[in-house]
Amino acid sequence: MSKDHKAQSLLDPAILLPAMRDSVLKLNPRQLLRNPVIFVTEAVAAVVTILFLRDLAVGNGQAGFSGQIAAWLWFTVLFATFAEAVAEGRGRAQAESLKKTKSEMTARRLTSNGAEENVAATSLKVGDIVLVAAGELIPGDGEVIEGVASVNESAITGESAPVIRESGGDRSAVTGGTQVLSDELRIRITVAPGSSFVDRMIALIEGAQRQKTPNEIALSILLSGLTLIFLFVCVAIWGLAGYSATILSITVLSALLVTLIPTTIGGLLSAIGIAGMDRLVRFNVIATSGRAVEAAGDVDTLLLDKTGTITFGNRMASDFLAAPGVTQQQLAEAALLASLADETPEGRSIVALATGEFGIAMPEQRFDEIIAFTAETRLSGVDRDGRRLRKGAVDSILKFAGVTDAEAPAEFRRAVDMIARSGGTPLAVADGNRLLGAIHLKDVIKPGIKERFAALRAMGIRTVMVTGDNPVTAAAIASEAGVDDYIAQATPEDKLNYIRREQQGGRLIAMCGDGTNDAPALAQADVGVAMQTGTQAAREAANMVDLDSSPTKLIEIVEIGKQLLMTRGALTTFSIANDVAKYFAIIPALFVATYPALGALNVMGLASPQSAILSAVIFNALIIIALIPLALRGVAYRPSGAASVLRRNLLVYGLGGLILPFIGIKAIDVAVSALHLV
Amino acid sequence: MTIVGWLQISLLFLFVAITIKPLGIYMAQVFEGERNFATKLGGPFERGFYRLAGINPDKEQGWLSYTLAMLAFSLAGFVSLYAILRLQAYLPLNPQGFPAVPADLAFNTAVSFVTNTNWQNYAGEATMSHFSQMAGLTVHNFLSAATGMALAMAVTRALARSKVSTLGNFWVDMTRATLYVLLPIAFIIALGFVAMGLPQTLDASATATTLEGAQQVISLGPVASQEAIKQLGTNGGGFFNANAAHPFENPTAWSNYLNIFSMLSLSAAIVYTFGRMVGNRRQGWALITAMAVLLIAGVAVTYWAEAAGNPILTSLGVDAAQGNMEGKEVRFGQAMTALYAAVTTGLSDGGVNGMHGSFTGLGGLVPMFLIQLGEVLPGGVGSGLYGMLVFAFLSVFVAGLMVGRTPEFLGKKIEGREMKFAMLAVLILPLVILGFTAISVMLPFAVASIGTAGPHGLSEILYAYTSAAGNNGSAFGGLSGNTLWYNSTLGIAMLLGRFAYVIPVMAIAGSLAAKVKAPASAGTFPTDGPLFVGLLIGIILILGGLQFFPALALGPIVEHFAMLAGQTF
Repeated sequence: MSKDHKAQSLLDPAILLPAMRDSVLKLNPRQLLRNPVIFVTEAVAAVVTILFLRDLAVGNGQAGFSGQIAAWLWFTVLFATFAEAVAEGRGRAQAESLKKTKSEMTARRLTSNGAEENVAATSLKVGDIVLVAAGELIPGDGEVIEGVASVNESAITGESAPVIRESGGDRSAVTGGTQVLSDELRIRITVAPGSSFVDRMIALIEGAQRQKTPNEIALSILLSGLTLIFLFVCVAIWGLAGYSATILSITVLSALLVTLIPTTIGGLLSAIGIAGMDRLVRFNVIATSGRAVEAAGDVDTLLLDKTGTITFGNRMASDFLAAPGVTQQQLAEAALLASLADETPEGRSIVALATGEFGIAMPEQRFDEIIAFTAETRLSGVDRDGRRLRKGAVDSILKFAGVTDAEAPAEFRRAVDMIARSGGTPLAVADGNRLLGAIHLKDVIKPGIKERFAALRAMGIRTVMVTGDNPVTAAAIASEAGVDDYIAQATPEDKLNYIRREQQGGRLIAMCGDGTNDAPALAQADVGVAMQTGTQAAREAANMVDLDSSPTKLIEIVEIGKQLLMTRGALTTFSIANDVAKYFAIIPALFVATYPALGALNVMGLASPQSAILSAVIFNALIIIALIPLALRGVAYRPSGAASVLRRNLLVYGLGGLILPFIGIKAIDVAVSALHLV
Repeated sequence: MTIVGWLQISLLFLFVAITIKPLGIYMAQVFEGERNFATKLGGPFERGFYRLAGINPDKEQGWLSYTLAMLAFSLAGFVSLYAILRLQAYLPLNPQGFPAVPADLAFNTAVSFVTNTNWQNYAGEATMSHFSQMAGLTVHNFLSAATGMALAMAVTRALARSKVSTLGNFWVDMTRATLYVLLPIAFIIALGFVAMGLPQTLDASATATTLEGAQQVISLGPVASQEAIKQLGTNGGGFFNANAAHPFENPTAWSNYLNIFSMLSLSAAIVYTFGRMVGNRRQGWALITAMAVLLIAGVAVTYWAEAAGNPILTSLGVDAAQGNMEGKEVRFGQAMTALYAAVTTGLSDGGVNGMHGSFTGLGGLVPMFLIQLGEVLPGGVGSGLYGMLVFAFLSVFVAGLMVGRTPEFLGKKIEGREMKFAMLAVLILPLVILGFTAISVMLPFAVASIGTAGPHGLSEILYAYTSAAGNNGSAFGGLSGNTLWYNSTLGIAMLLGRFAYVIPVMAIAGSLAAKVKAPASAGTFPTDGPLFVGLLIGIILILGGLQFFPALALGPIVEHFAMLAGQTF
């Protein structure tokens, strides 16, 4: 993943030490029952331990071997529980740190005796009464019980005009994170703020409450099926060996069984799932179900709001188009002077363009008079040194300059038309009654967004831009940004219908939204991401909340979902491919005494039957530990087509899984014989 | 191995390849109810049958109702066949005056023919009356094959349709498979066999005077007609005990070609039918390619092992250039015997033109392993297709995970429910084969039936249960299977191999049919390209290998290495 916000060391002792304790606690068979592969391993380890005790008591000379096998089988189980414990520990640590950042917002809570106390916003409970004065942030969602105040809710609604909130009636609900501009409010908290999501998240990470996701269930079924098959195989071998005049001990059969069943993926499966949630948290996204994370990997269509996601959200000056007889420099200079006192984003963007690209020196800030923009005049500007510089809507400026539509130069009209057709907004500039030209204001596409969409397309994901603009503007921006489709003049119903239509075609949809009117669409979408700054309704309807309120997050969320599934797939393939080498280690070891000819299958040239079996068991245990970092990090992911991803993963984890254990088991065998362990 | 041998093998595959498309289109038309020359001709008969049986051909069934109809039909078939075999002494067309077939053998045989296995614990010419052969066994050669085709069509429709609850009508599919596919094609092939010299008569036998003046009784009967459907329906039950090694079942190299061709053609073509019906012909070809690659590899290994011969015999002065000719007919030679052996086991045919037990260790391993892979190369007519689809679901599941998407096959999501039933189906083969083999080798009276001690004896038992559970029907030879133990356990193995497998498969079909067929995108892993074919082959091989490697190691594999080491048992 490209940007890990808060990279955590894999070897953080603060996580590893408690994880070691947890891994022992997790040996409780009742807990392990959730994981059939590891449960079987534990049962087998228990049986071999009993056999070891018997060997010890009888003194038949086998105790050294069966003791080591038993120990390594226990290690196999322990390594698996350790993997889960580490993943949980990291996830918990991450979520706790999240809680801390949220708690920076404080609240003035009224105690029962009427006194005031300062507490963290996250520690507020439903029913608490808080005081919020002008300039303060409302610490949580609630209801006004006393007072009238103007509140800036632009963070939620995007509407910059303050609204009145008062006790009683329709206007009593306030939202956390909004700012009181005047007066003071007494608010009763109605929703446990922010932290409720974090708490839900922690519950998803903790083993006990963790629900298996649909894909995890399907994979568990595959793994259980394989475990059953290998159980048949091992029981059958015992019978077949009897026919072939070989008595196989339960110890070696147990060793064979545990090496064959998919312990690698079985042991790491829950760690992979937890780590996936953890990666989301690291991106400051909180999921309310594991299912949503998985669904994110499957998404076919992304519904993206234009404003803030695809464009910066403000129209910015991109060009000066001079009228006949005027140089571009003259126009730029006039536009700059006319905008000097304009503090709107548009005005600032004109200043930036003129001083930047057109290299005009920043003039002194002195004016004879400032003419502010009003809805009636629809122009603004300054009077300075006897010049009356104005910029504004084309017809207003023409009127100001005393030019009728027909009198305006053809070149100027063509330029204005061109700007409108391309989805931009034309502004005219005049100096007194002299028309200087037009400014091209347009929505500026965020840099790099086009490449992101191309990458998504390579992954097979369609992007759809949702905008309130008219179809002409929408089409122009859509083609410039490289989205696959757009919904112009979109109403909330349009969004909902679009989602329903796509879903009927069997596609999975992700969208993000923040307003209350987005809530139905968020609920309908397969992956709905609400902005933290959004309304409570939106956050309840969504299945993820983005704490940074950045709509581009959706793209990362999809990647995390995909990476989660890929890690499972890669380790499953690896685990199954490993079995080939284990057969070549153990089968000749079991039967070479009866059929010396089978020694030909000992392609690794392992020292002795006992060391071969022990080496295979040790390899099987160690590979779990070795792969914990991969399970926690996830496999490397580059956006590209399915076929090339598969080819690469098959090569690395399929072929690698086939070859690696041959080398590993041989190396362990060399060590085992050098140390005279058997 | 010789160039001529390989040319002979290639020629057969070429013939089959040419017929896949026309036969596939024809079957698709038949099962989709499209009009063509045959349905125009047979239409009145077809509709007559429905009226007679009181079936509304437009009323489709859900997966459960379809499956129950199939089970009821098979049960009725089993009961009637059992009755015919037990009562054959009282029934007509019994010129040799054969007595009733013993109860356990009748059970085994009835199960065997109803499940399309055709395992034969009897010698046909010495046990079965003409009536039993024609009205009993041959009828089921048609019906069991039609059942397989019907089931395959139901599964195909599950993938072709979107958001439906029905998979077609079992009775309609059965009727169409029999009336338009099996009967006419078997008729043509039977005529071909007659032209090649196969007997087709109701006479019991001919009596000949040999050169020494002795009297010899030569068994005869309606051989050509039974041979045609035996191969076409991938049944494999021979008229004679020696099966297709018998000169009256398979007299010449040409009849050998026709035998192999007719068993392979329908099974391969129905995969094309599948591709056409699901609207993705490339998918059909992809499955056919996977099947062909594994089958041809099987032929190659067998041919190579047999042509390489036995070094122990070579050291005794046998010409090494001859290879291993034990258990083979001279008129077929190694190439055509190896081809027959691999095809008959890659399919669930089970007819033989040589004795697999007399092959070298590796040569004998291949037919056994091909059955253990699940009878999908290309498997029984119809049953091979749905078996292959189960492997496709598994492959797609692994592939889907590796590309980071919930797995999809032809737009249908493969989720927990499908995986559960796919694993249930996959579990059947190892459970039945390894379970019964392990029990049998521990029972002294079961071991007493084997022909050769040592690893070869183990192979005989392993092969028997492999063949039964895989519904193949071929025998390794050497094992005297006509005992109470083998008649009953092999019968159970056949039942489980057929029905315990197909019920979960139909449950998958029911679940898939109800799902939306999602459109493919660039993020969908394409299941009709070479990468998927490779993955599918890998999954089939690894799964099969992991399940059966230990058992094979103690049988044919140890035999192979012992032979190389000059050791005998």
